[in-house]
Amino acid sequence: MTLTADTSRGTARGTARRWREQLLSGGSWTVLALLVLVLAVIVVINPSFAEPVSLMAFAKKAAPLVVLAIGQYFVIVSGEFDLSVGSLVGAQVVIAARLMDGDEALTWPVVGLMLVFGLLVGLVNGLVTTLLRVPSFITTLGMMLVLFGAIRLWTGGAPTGALSESFRVLGRKGFPDVPGQFQVPYALLVALVVVGLAVLLMRRPFGRTLVAVGDNAVAAAYSGASVWWLRTRAFLLSSFLATVAAVLIGGFAGVTAQVGQGLEFMAITAVVLGGVALGGGRGTVVAAMVGALTLEALFTLFNQLALPSTVRPAVQGVILIVAVAYAARRRRT
Amino acid sequence: MNQKIHTLVDMRADDDAHTPVPDPEAPGPVLRLSGIGKEFFGTSVLREIDLTLHPGQVHALVGENGAGKSTVMKIVAGVHRPSAGTIELDGSPVSFPTPLDAQRAGVATVFQEFNLLPDRSVAENVYLGREPIRRGIFGGMVDRRRLHADTTRLLDDLGLTSIASWNRVGSLSVAQQQVVEIVKAVSYDARIISMDEPTAALADQEVALLYDLVWRLRDRGVAILYVSHRLQEIYDLADTITVLKDGNHMLTAPAAEVGPDRLVRIMVGRDFAGFFPDKPAGSVSGEGPGEGPGEVRLALAGSGNTMVDGVDLEVRAGEIVALAGLQGSGRTEVAHGVFGIAPFTRGRMTVDGRPAHVRTPRQGVRHRLALVSEDRKSEGLALGQSVLANARLVLDAVLPGASDRRARRITGVLRSLAVPASTVEAAQDTEVQYLSGGNQQKVVLAKWLVTEPRVIVLDEPTRGIDVGAKRAVYDLMRTLTADGTAVLLISSELPEVVAMADRILVLRDGQIAGELPGGSDEETIMALATGAA
Amino acid sequence: MTTGTVRRRHLGSTEIVYLALVGILLVAGVLVAVRGGNLFAQGNVSYMLTQTSLLGFVAIGQTLVVLCRSLDLSVGYVVALCSLIGATTMAGDPSRVWLGVVAALAVAAGVGLVNGLIISALNVNPFIATLGTGLIVKGFLDTRFKGPEGEVPFAFQTFGYTRVGPVPVSTIVMLLVAAAAFVLLTRTRAGYHMFAVGGNLDVARLSGVRTGRTLVLAHVLCSLCAGVAGLLIAARFGTGNALVYSYGLDLDSIAAVVLGGTLLFGGRGSVVGTVGGVAILAVLDTAFNVLDVNPFFKDVLRGVIIIAAVALYARRQIDPASRRVRFGTKVSAARASDARGGDVA
Repeated sequence: MTLTADTSRGTARGTARRWREQLLSGGSWTVLALLVLVLAVIVVINPSFAEPVSLMAFAKKAAPLVVLAIGQYFVIVSGEFDLSVGSLVGAQVVIAARLMDGDEALTWPVVGLMLVFGLLVGLVNGLVTTLLRVPSFITTLGMMLVLFGAIRLWTGGAPTGALSESFRVLGRKGFPDVPGQFQVPYALLVALVVVGLAVLLMRRPFGRTLVAVGDNAVAAAYSGASVWWLRTRAFLLSSFLATVAAVLIGGFAGVTAQVGQGLEFMAITAVVLGGVALGGGRGTVVAAMVGALTLEALFTLFNQLALPSTVRPAVQGVILIVAVAYAARRRRT
Repeated sequence: MNQKIHTLVDMRADDDAHTPVPDPEAPGPVLRLSGIGKEFFGTSVLREIDLTLHPGQVHALVGENGAGKSTVMKIVAGVHRPSAGTIELDGSPVSFPTPLDAQRAGVATVFQEFNLLPDRSVAENVYLGREPIRRGIFGGMVDRRRLHADTTRLLDDLGLTSIASWNRVGSLSVAQQQVVEIVKAVSYDARIISMDEPTAALADQEVALLYDLVWRLRDRGVAILYVSHRLQEIYDLADTITVLKDGNHMLTAPAAEVGPDRLVRIMVGRDFAGFFPDKPAGSVSGEGPGEGPGEVRLALAGSGNTMVDGVDLEVRAGEIVALAGLQGSGRTEVAHGVFGIAPFTRGRMTVDGRPAHVRTPRQGVRHRLALVSEDRKSEGLALGQSVLANARLVLDAVLPGASDRRARRITGVLRSLAVPASTVEAAQDTEVQYLSGGNQQKVVLAKWLVTEPRVIVLDEPTRGIDVGAKRAVYDLMRTLTADGTAVLLISSELPEVVAMADRILVLRDGQIAGELPGGSDEETIMALATGAA
Repeated sequence: MTTGTVRRRHLGSTEIVYLALVGILLVAGVLVAVRGGNLFAQGNVSYMLTQTSLLGFVAIGQTLVVLCRSLDLSVGYVVALCSLIGATTMAGDPSRVWLGVVAALAVAAGVGLVNGLIISALNVNPFIATLGTGLIVKGFLDTRFKGPEGEVPFAFQTFGYTRVGPVPVSTIVMLLVAAAAFVLLTRTRAGYHMFAVGGNLDVARLSGVRTGRTLVLAHVLCSLCAGVAGLLIAARFGTGNALVYSYGLDLDSIAAVVLGGTLLFGGRGSVVGTVGGVAILAVLDTAFNVLDVNPFFKDVLRGVIIIAAVALYARRQIDPASRRVRFGTKVSAARASDARGGDVA
């Protein structure tokens, strides 16, 4: 109650204190401040980063992770995990390359097929977790192994075929399409649309019920929510967005055997960095997005510092631990 | 009843300088709190509390919710540290920085939440953290033979023949688990055991087990601090009663000297009579002309599942039907059957005259049923979400299309339930976990009221909430019936059942034992419930 | 009631694991025989046993942390790290074998200590904490070691290759470690406290269990087990190798633990079950090899089996013995007579 009283009093000192509290609270404001700080450091080291062209390049690179993080957000906020998104991204890119094999005419049919496949994976993840009561950690871990093996079984070990040019447009091109000039990457537009729709969705009854399920599944069920279907839909969204991310990543980086590897942990890191609580019930879409951007910005910073790319995982590890320890500290006090 | 009456000085009147004249028969106090105060973030929740526990005495601590009972308990248990005052153990001042320190000093506390590991045996639970060690090749190995022997001896000493040291705790009944908790406290050689509503989760026939244990402990010279809401228990068990109200020490007196009426008056600050809102004239079935109950809203015929059987009941529009019975008699199971949580597998159910097949709560809501469930925190609320999000949860979950429109009424509903204005204004930002129990319950009620139910099932709607909130619940029940809603009330509080219900159905062992008119006396209900009739 | 009091004993998880193991052995044996092979030929048996030892070490350690309601995703990286530390410290010099062993185990214990402290003192979710430390170790490995490094003297390579009959020494060592873990869990305070910490942290703390210390101990032991696995790898390869972390030992070990009937949410389980889970995975692996199954198909099958196994356990837990039934065909009055003397039957 004291909190409410405080906020209603709008003294300058109170406002300043509130700002400081919000910034240090470990919620989305903290990570936003961190993002601004990291970007500022990058600009100090390399002033050209602030130029629109570089910023757009950064956005293009960060877009897939933002999309994946939002997919992961839906699952995490409902109280589950999705470890299968990395291998799903890999599987989708390989499927696309093998099926279209550079044939422009096949682009859209194959994209349609990818969407169906993605949703199928999400459906299985969701149903096994909810109806068979397998912890999602195990379900999606198993799915990760299955996808990993099945794709290599299918292609005989190494990816074959090629992505069509029109398939790669979304991940690689921008608007206006003049080489060397400023352009707004399509990937950025896709990410913005995804973020916008996700924010809207979370304001809908579906979103609120999903968070309630993550907070207290029994209370939600007793309130008439069909918990299994809500969580299954979260898995469907995650797989769908992983498919979207696969289109962006395939376009941006092309087909390799390693594509998608470790992305699930990147996505979880991003979401957690955004202050979204593991176990569900707490956190916002925007926070997940900011988390993803911050992670990418940090990687960019380490590139600027000319650190070898092999230290990336170490950095990611430190960030994960620090972010969660920071949030845990807040909860205890 | 071999009640020892102690001459006790009302500690409040005394200064610390005065030592109360001890009863020559009674040994000196084992634990003494004097001038205890407690502040949380600048808000004072306890002021000048004095409490003296003597060996072999059962001291009841009573008061409304929010009176400060649990804070006192937690100070005694070492969970909280007092902001003012002193704690003396055997006459020398002590402080308990952690619960463990209190335990080791012989002050054990049995909290409401079960503090046992269901997957481990009774012995492993009782001696957890203090397992006897046998020197072996690996250094300290647990001496399992002694572990079980010690536990068995403890159980035998306390006359607990129904529990074996190797039983898995999860396989025991709730009462047995509660008893194991107390055994654990005893195993610390506790000279003071405080119990926080130990019967709250027990079926009435199981309470006897606890009573017996309390008496045995008392006879062994243990001082017992007993917190309970149930007056019956207090008079059955306690030698001395201390009443708290709003964090103040109101009274300490021998139980024999304070009658129930006076006790309630001191606790509540008002008379018990007039506590329940009157029944509207002519509402009692069959009495007089005017608006009697309307058409049948909910009907069960021969309904049953694994827990209840052959349940026939009708609830009419504007009627309050109570389901009475001992705990475990199947009251909650009937509610769960109606609402589709544990659906009926036999019999017929109709809602508004039409056959209803309710297999899930979702279908229940679709049939315009509502269930205010027994356990608010684990079944009723998403504690980390806002008041508003909780209040519109059913709308969001089941009726998303109408959610935004109907949610506009939430503010009004919360106000009508007398939720504080500041909470209503901040409904979007205040997480329900920060509300008092009474206000939390009002949020649960609001969540169901906005669905405009035709039948509302209230399962222990006033459990653990303060008197003001209780009154709000009773008023609400009258308002609902006036509007033609059918109310099915499940309650362990017989006065509540008697005063509120138009008809009373008594359950026994999963079946309906009989029906009584509203206003029947408590003895008749109990007779039916226990099978004495 | 006089004859009806015979307690219908529920099959424990461990029994089921070993029944499943026997079943899988039979089915696999028949399948191999149909193809004209012999699953129980000495070569296959020792391959099978060799397979159990590597995963066995890691899974035994993993059991301890999972029982504490924790988990360790860093074990794969610790295995790789310890193989390198061991091999580079030994540097081909037989007199430095012990130095290498000690160095590797010390580093492993250090990682476990860090894991335990991050989880208990900083209150970080174990999934995140061990993922984080794992990634840090990975970063170190990727940066510092470009390929296989170090050299294991022949004397130590015997740990990888020597056999007693068809049984590799490493399997025997693994079983000894399992026995030690069994004793730890069922006969020592530390073990009792691990169950308590996993069962309910607050209860453990209120009962005077040093929960932080218990958790740290479990993590140190877990990492030590991974360290031994790393040394085994070094002994087999004759050198340390960073790429071992891509073997998926972290997830496989969790799978083995869960297959072995240990609850992923802590408080219930056993090392014996875990060894059974490891054996199941090893039998499958051997059978696939003998049957010449595509290695990628193995991944698919492994994924499906893990999910199916956990789904089966989940089903058993939904059908609870503790649910009271008052009306209906099956009235289980066993519970009441279960109390005193129930065990006599």
